[in-house]
Amino acid sequence: MIPAAFDYYRPKDMAGVIALLEEHGDDARVMAGGHSLIPMMKLRMAEVPHLIDLQDVAGLSGISVKDGQVRIGAMTTQAELIDHAELTTAAPILKEAALQIADPQVRYMGTVGGNVANGDPGNDMPGLMQCLDAQFTLVGPDGERSVPARDFYEAAYMTARADEEVLTAVSFAAPSGGYAYEKQKRKIGDYATAAAAVLLVKDDGHCTAASIAMTNLSDVPVYSDAAGAALTGTDVDADAVKAAAAAMLGDIDPMEDNRGPVAFKRHVAGVILSRAIERAWSRS
Amino acid sequence: MPDKMHIKLTVNGKQEEFLAEPRELLIHTLRERLNLTGPHIGCETSHCGACTVTIDGKSVKSCTMFAAQAHGADVTTIEGMGGPDALHPLQEAFREHHGLQCGYCTPGMITRAAKLLEENPNPTEEEIRFGMAGNLCRCTGYQNIVKSILAAAAEMSAAKEAAE
Repeated sequence: MIPAAFDYYRPKDMAGVIALLEEHGDDARVMAGGHSLIPMMKLRMAEVPHLIDLQDVAGLSGISVKDGQVRIGAMTTQAELIDHAELTTAAPILKEAALQIADPQVRYMGTVGGNVANGDPGNDMPGLMQCLDAQFTLVGPDGERSVPARDFYEAAYMTARADEEVLTAVSFAAPSGGYAYEKQKRKIGDYATAAAAVLLVKDDGHCTAASIAMTNLSDVPVYSDAAGAALTGTDVDADAVKAAAAAMLGDIDPMEDNRGPVAFKRHVAGVILSRAIERAWSRS
Repeated sequence: MPDKMHIKLTVNGKQEEFLAEPRELLIHTLRERLNLTGPHIGCETSHCGACTVTIDGKSVKSCTMFAAQAHGADVTTIEGMGGPDALHPLQEAFREHHGLQCGYCTPGMITRAAKLLEENPNPTEEEIRFGMAGNLCRCTGYQNIVKSILAAAAEMSAAKEAAE
């Protein structure tokens, strides 16, 4: 499988990237690790006349943890994220989720920025970033702006990022309390049949805050305010877990595909969320 | 037709320099241009890992990388690991423990296992299975592959200790 012909660029800075995006508009795409884009190009489902490889652009990778704030550069790979001890101390849910993405080879190449910016409903980081209430940094011809992860996704592969903008970093406050990223997949390397990101805060035996987001159960990641609300104020007993799962089911909209019919996906979503809540609570 | 690109790579310690279209995939460069037919084309969809090589210290599926992306990089294929006269301990262990049947996945398995052992010289069976999850074998059931990697890890650790 060989993709259609394209021009390849490897600019050294963001100014060079943005100049190319302005010149070629829709015909240009940036590439991070390429492990979503290249397979699509090989299948000729994506045609990219001008391919801009970001690997030489300075300042796009690296993780910083400072004063409770975490910032992850877009070109940081999943493997780098998994190996980052300071990040794992500050926000262990990142490592737990990243270890469930694809396989070792893909994690050496796949990046956080590519995973969140691509807009593929199957990607795990978008739901996780919504759970963390992360901000995405976008750089374009008019400078830099920040968009909340919870407002970023519009439809499959459609996001708030403009054509000539590049997502350069994600940032969020290090979460406190219990966490879990639970994913059901058919095999290693597959996208989720259903996945849940859960953060819970426990105080005196009660849940005082809960954040819940779901992956691959709609054409966008689903942050379920209602599911979080169903847990807040409870002691996260069986009834509360059941209520949260029921609330979440009101927010998702899965489609039938080769991972199963809608009824099956809704069933799996409920099971996965219940497990994630129980694990997060046990860690809180 | 876009211009061809001038690409330089180090492959198994040897400098390579050539002109290629940007769309040339690294696996095709290795197999067809450089005649390194150790890395195999299995699924061509980044699932099977038969095309795995090491690029700048990462295990990479070379069917999912353009040669242009690897410009300037250091690439190691199975050919760079050992030859008939001096097998790598992993190659020796795969032979000794029947870590293959048809052999199609083997170059990718061994190349990936070498990186795994570099990062984790004494893995448990579970760590091997997790670390090898990007490589598929359709005949062995993985049992002997895991056994081979465990044996190579023990051999390599013993050799390292003896050297110290």
